[in-house]
Formats: sequence, structure tokens, C-alpha cells
Amino acid sequence: MPQTLYDKLWDSHVVYVEDDGTALLYIDRHLVHEVTSPQAYEGLRLAGRKPWRVDSIVATADHNTPTTDWNEGIKDPISRLQVETLDANMREYGAKAYFPFLDKRQGIVHVIGPEQGATLPGMTVVCGDSHTSTHGAFACLAHGIGTSEVEHVMATQCLVQQKMQNMLVAVDGPLARGVTAKDVALAVIGKIGTAGGTRAAVEFAGSSIRALSMEGRMTLCNMAIEAGARAGMVAVDDTTIAYLKGRPFAPTGEHWNRAVAYWRTLVSDPGAKFDRVVKLDAREIRPQVTWGTSPEMVVAVDARVPDPDKEKDPTRREGMERALIYMGLQPNTRIEDIRLDKVFIGSCTNSRIEDLRAAAAMVRGKRVAASIRLAMVVPGSGLVKAQAEREGLDRVFRESGFQWREPGCSMCLAMNADRLEPGERCASTSNRNFEGRQGAGGRTHLVSPEMAAAAAIAGHFVDVRNWK
Amino acid sequence: MEKFVLLNGIVAPLDRANVDTDAIIPKQFLKSIKRSGFGPNLFDAWRYTDVGEPGMDNAKRPLNPDFVLNQARYKGASILLARKNFGCGSSREHAPWALGDYGFRALIAPSFADIFYNNCFKNGLLPIVLNEMRIDHLFNEVNAFPGYKLTIDLPRQLVLSSDGATQIAFEVDAHRKHCLLNGLDDIGLSLVHAEKIRAFEARRRAEQPWLFG
Ligand code: SF4
Repeated sequence: MPQTLYDKLWDSHVVYVEDDGTALLYIDRHLVHEVTSPQAYEGLRLAGRKPWRVDSIVATADHNTPTTDWNEGIKDPISRLQVETLDANMREYGAKAYFPFLDKRQGIVHVIGPEQGATLPGMTVVCGDSHTSTHGAFACLAHGIGTSEVEHVMATQCLVQQKMQNMLVAVDGPLARGVTAKDVALAVIGKIGTAGGTRAAVEFAGSSIRALSMEGRMTLCNMAIEAGARAGMVAVDDTTIAYLKGRPFAPTGEHWNRAVAYWRTLVSDPGAKFDRVVKLDAREIRPQVTWGTSPEMVVAVDARVPDPDKEKDPTRREGMERALIYMGLQPNTRIEDIRLDKVFIGSCTNSRIEDLRAAAAMVRGKRVAASIRLAMVVPGSGLVKAQAEREGLDRVFRESGFQWREPGCSMCLAMNADRLEPGERCASTSNRNFEGRQGAGGRTHLVSPEMAAAAAIAGHFVDVRNWK
Repeated sequence: MEKFVLLNGIVAPLDRANVDTDAIIPKQFLKSIKRSGFGPNLFDAWRYTDVGEPGMDNAKRPLNPDFVLNQARYKGASILLARKNFGCGSSREHAPWALGDYGFRALIAPSFADIFYNNCFKNGLLPIVLNEMRIDHLFNEVNAFPGYKLTIDLPRQLVLSSDGATQIAFEVDAHRKHCLLNGLDDIGLSLVHAEKIRAFEARRRAEQPWLFG
């Protein structure tokens, strides 16, 4: 019977299935960071257990690390303790690789996994972080897990799972200039809603997806979780293989040839059955801007803030009204008339080299608007930062009035010092616009790097399709 | 893990859809390296009128009188009634820890976000999915009767009102039910299959050696 990519990944990892369909699924790669691992290591210790396979673990500190003044260390004592706890656990238990605070290769866990070639096609990849779906861009079965599951994977190298449904999101046609993978992701969420992918593993396919770089595919899979799906994935093709060649942890020599031959099979068979199918015409996708407090509250940049009075469903209407109050927006305001206080380019959604190149191209030779209090670029990893500096992108950003920071999660979730003040409005390339996500009372609009960069220059949103 | 068999408790209604885990427990409290003590910061941004930080004396903070959990009639509630897609967003297990630490043992909603749903079971918290009509009905009941209680009978998979007028069946998969009823830790159960895991691993190592080492 023809199988989907997800069916193949699932079948090749089942160790054991119970009668009710509960399966023990083998885990190949376990990514670890400081926030969701301390309680798991503590649990192991209390139970007198050891990690099952240390060489499956790749770890870094990213959520709490500062993005300025690295020579002064981590000032917040509670954050420091969490990072030091990870250091101590790494010393005690070990890992295949650990990129601690201050290491050149440190960075956001979902940026460094692929960058190091620690994420390979056909793997199961887990991490105590919902945006683990990012790694599905490499035809992996990758998803976020809770801390109890982190401990479970450490102790058993397996996860207790029920098979999800197969969902296909097919996007066909060429993307217009200025329309990116981020806009595709937001358009998909706008169409199916934040619960649209619940209990499904989503495969992104179609000619628009094939045409995306690995960076773009990662952006798309990253946002699958915001559509409620646990996992997003893209089939293997030449783009995947070209990206992996020569990465530090990628196979070499004879293993490389064997691996590539196997990876080529990681595609959905013709005629494979999906439980749900959603189709989008790429030509209709315009640059997207979220206006509310959920990623599904999104419209095109040339549209207006929606009017709750036109919404018939009472729960939805109330949600819209609440969001507009929180966001300090009036219905029917033109999106291009929304003025901003801060701009954040970063996060595991959009902080890779390609994102920084695209943003830099928008701002080269221009100045950040005087009304913008802070515009910052936070590279996804130390290696992305170094690459950008080799290309002179840091100078482009600095000369335009952007701050150029050290890598980390930063203002994506504002666990470190980078945050919005109450009432501040931010164009952000991250993935969540929830209340308080970027700082208590802060107002987040999710956009692509190009849109964020242009908004910094103009001081308000602008349609990048017309940017000169 | 604490066993879950029968629960009789006060129901608190949280009438919003898409309640995300950032709202359930804001990120500043994720810096803790412990599993407990999150209860006082459950729904922190909605519950208090100031901005909460770790290390504050929560007993001295100004409460938001409009927030449902601050109303006297819901004091001691152990069942939370919620709207669709409850627990969406971040995978933080701190969300069920905070709900449990506050005193909730069961959640009832039309749907839950996937990772959150999973995390609940690992912490002795029972998430129950009922259809929208049932949920609307329960919201009406809770609003109409101060001190409204429900009984949750896990062995029979029933939600029951005190007067017996409401009896609603719910679904829960057999494996999770078994773990909750017996307070079983998943790890112990999985390690029963250690030999199978080793055999699987050996095969995998032979077929795809590049995944190891
Ligand atoms: S960048 Fe943001 S979404 Fe990504 S791992 Fe860090 S906190 Fe999570």
C-alpha cells in the first residue's frame, strides 16, 4: 500500500505496539536546553537511572542567555542558576555535543541542530520545546515534548505515542516578490486556524515548497505547531541533500552514499492517502501581518484590522474584541497605518543567514525611523553571526541604526533582559503573538524578516512588494 | 504520581477560547529548576494587577477582583471548565504543574492542544473532552449555582452532577486510564520492554550506523 512520508517515519521507529495502538517509538536525536531539562535530570537522579544513549543528546543554552555584554556573564541570578544547572548535568552525564553559553557554536537549539548536521533525514527528533517541529524540514519526525517526556526519552530512548493523522498542506505556484515562507506559514494558519492541525502530522508539499530553500522550509515547519499540528515535514529532495553535505555531524564517505540512497526514499508514495488535505494557491498569498493575540488573527498587509461586529460566532467575537483591546487597535484601521515602537529580527523562525541577508537587503543605505525606540537583530547562532559578519551584514544593520546582538532566543519569549514594555508595539519575526509573550503588556505583530526590516525604516508597516 | 480514581469538586469556569500556556504560567516563572511551587503564579497576568516576578511574596500582591479564580464562590475549585484549544502554544510542562499545584485535578473543555493534553496525564491531571453543547450547558450550570460541583468517575468514564440530573460519558484511551488509575510512572512501564528496545537499537545501528556515535 502506498505510504505517506509520516507513515514511513512512524513505521521505521516503532519498537512495540499495544493493543490500543499505544506505541513505543524509538528516538534518534534528543535536543536539550536549560529550561525544560533540569527537572528531567533531577528525576533521573532521584530514580537512580542513567541516560540510555548519551550520544543521542545535543545540548545548548539559549532561552536565558543574554544578547549583550557577554564578558559580564549572566547577570540575572535565577537565569544563571538554570544555565549552570545544565552545565553541571552535562558534566555529570555527557552528550554527543554541548554548546554552552559563550561557545562560538552556541545558539537557538533549532538553529544549531540543522546547522551542525545533527538533524538528519529519517530521524525522530525530540526536544522539550514546541518548535522542534522545525527539524521536520529534513524529512524527520520531529516534535516538542514535555519535561516528563524528556526524562522518559533520557531513561528509555523511547517515547510513548499514538499515531497521529496524516494531513497534507499543498501550496502550488510561484511566490510573489516579497512573499516568503513566513507568509506562507501565516497564510496557512489564517486559513485552518490554530487548532486546524490538531492530532495531525502535516506534510508540506507542492511546487512552492519544492522551490523553497532549507531555511524557508524550516520557517514553515517551525510554524506548524502554531497551526496546532505536532509535527510538520517536507520530503527529501536535492535541496535537502545539498544542504547536509559537509556538515560537521553529517555522514561521510561510504556512509554518506548509503545515507543518501536511503534518504531518497523519504517521500510520500504516489497515491498515498491523507486524512485531511488543504490546498493553497501561492499566487494569492500576500505579505502577512498578525493583528491580534493568536497567530490565526492574521491578514494581508494591504488589508484592514477586522471588525468584530461582523463576526457571527459569539466566542470568536469576544476573542476578537479582547484581542483588539489588548493590542490597542481600532477595527478597520489600515494595517499600513499601524505605527511601531520596536522591531525584532530573530528567533528560531527567522534568524538564519538567509533571513538576515533578506532583511539587510531591505535596509541597506537607509535609516531606521526616528520614532522607532529599538530595532534589533539577534542571529540564531554564533555561526550565523560569524557568517553574517563575514558578509558585512552586521555593518549594514548597524549603519541603518539596528542593534547587532549575540545569539539566543532573546525577545522571542523575553526570558532574558530583552523585552517589550507595557503598551509597546513590536514588529517581530518570531512565532507567537500571545498576550505578554514578548514582555507583560507588550503588543506583537508577527511578520517576515523583510516586512520587519521595512517597517523599521518606515516606522509603520509597509507592503514590501512595492519596496524600493 | 498521585492516583486518580474518583473526584468530587467545585468547578471554576474560565470562559475564553485558546488559552495558551504562556497565560497559564508566564515565562518568567520557567526559570525555576524545580517541579513544584508554581500554583501561586497560575494565570499570573490575569490574576494579579501588578507584573509578577519570581521571588515575590504573592500573598501581598494586588488581586484582580474580576478574574474568576479570585471570586469567593470558586475557592478550592479542583475542576476547571474551559473553552476550545485550551493549553495551546509552548510545550512547557510547567503549565500542568501550575494547574496541579493550584489544586486542579481535572479539566473539561471542547478541545485541548496536543502537547498540553499529553503533559496533563503525566502529572495526574485528567483532561476531559466534551462537545461544545455539553460545555455550554455546564457553563450555564456553573454560573447559575454558586458552589456547583461535579463528580468525575474515571473507572466508569462519567461526569456526574450532584443531583444526578447530568451524566456525561467521556473518552480516554486505555493506556492513559490505566496509568492514572494506578498512579503509574510511564518510565517504569516502558523499561519492561528494555530488551525489545535494545534489539531494535542493534538493528538500527547496523542499518544506519551514521545515526550512532
Ligand atoms: S526562539 Fe523562541 S520559539 Fe524558538 S526555541 Fe527560542 S523561545 Fe522557543
